[in-house]
Amino acid sequence: MILPTEFEQAKVRELLASMTSSVRLVFFYQSFLCETCPPARQILTELSGLSERLTFEEYNLQLDRDKVEEFGVDKVPAVVVAGTRGDGLCFYGIPSGYELSSMVDAILLESNGDSGLSTDSRTVLANVTVPTNIQVFVAPT
Amino acid sequence: MMIENSNIKATVISATEYPDLVRQYGITGVPKTVVNDNVEIFGAPTEEVFVKQALEEFSLDNGKPSALA
Repeated sequence: MILPTEFEQAKVRELLASMTSSVRLVFFYQSFLCETCPPARQILTELSGLSERLTFEEYNLQLDRDKVEEFGVDKVPAVVVAGTRGDGLCFYGIPSGYELSSMVDAILLESNGDSGLSTDSRTVLANVTVPTNIQVFVAPT
Repeated sequence: MMIENSNIKATVISATEYPDLVRQYGITGVPKTVVNDNVEIFGAPTEEVFVKQALEEFSLDNGKPSALA
């Protein structure tokens, strides 16, 4: 178990209990030259076991080109938190430490379909009509 | 933000695992957000500030005035 303690597993399970619709954890890996793919897979399979509404699926970056195109990934390890809209937030790297918490937040947002943003922010965002790519660089802690 | 508008795609990148991207985007500290490869947002600003900074880029591409101006 990479999720550190039973207590933390219980906390995550409790958070995920508020999911109202299913979310897919779509994992991309490659068999060679990816030291972080196995631990990333382990975290995601453990995480998906904490809720009946979470599913885990995995694809090879080199072989499963249709899925690579569908989700627009270009690096491994990658996991897309995919809700009913089809795609969702993509994490590149091991989702451990603080990023695991961020992933749980992303799962809940996708599942419940509520961004939680203010009315003003939603109004502003509604005016975005061009493809916009937001990359957030983080460091695991 | 992705939930509110399908034109927006977002990725979270572990800086320690992708040194090439760290060099490419000049990452010297985290968190750092890069929007459409040319807008940089440092740290973790408030929602209001973040959306405004991001929108400035979107508005440039849209040719529309900023709704927060």
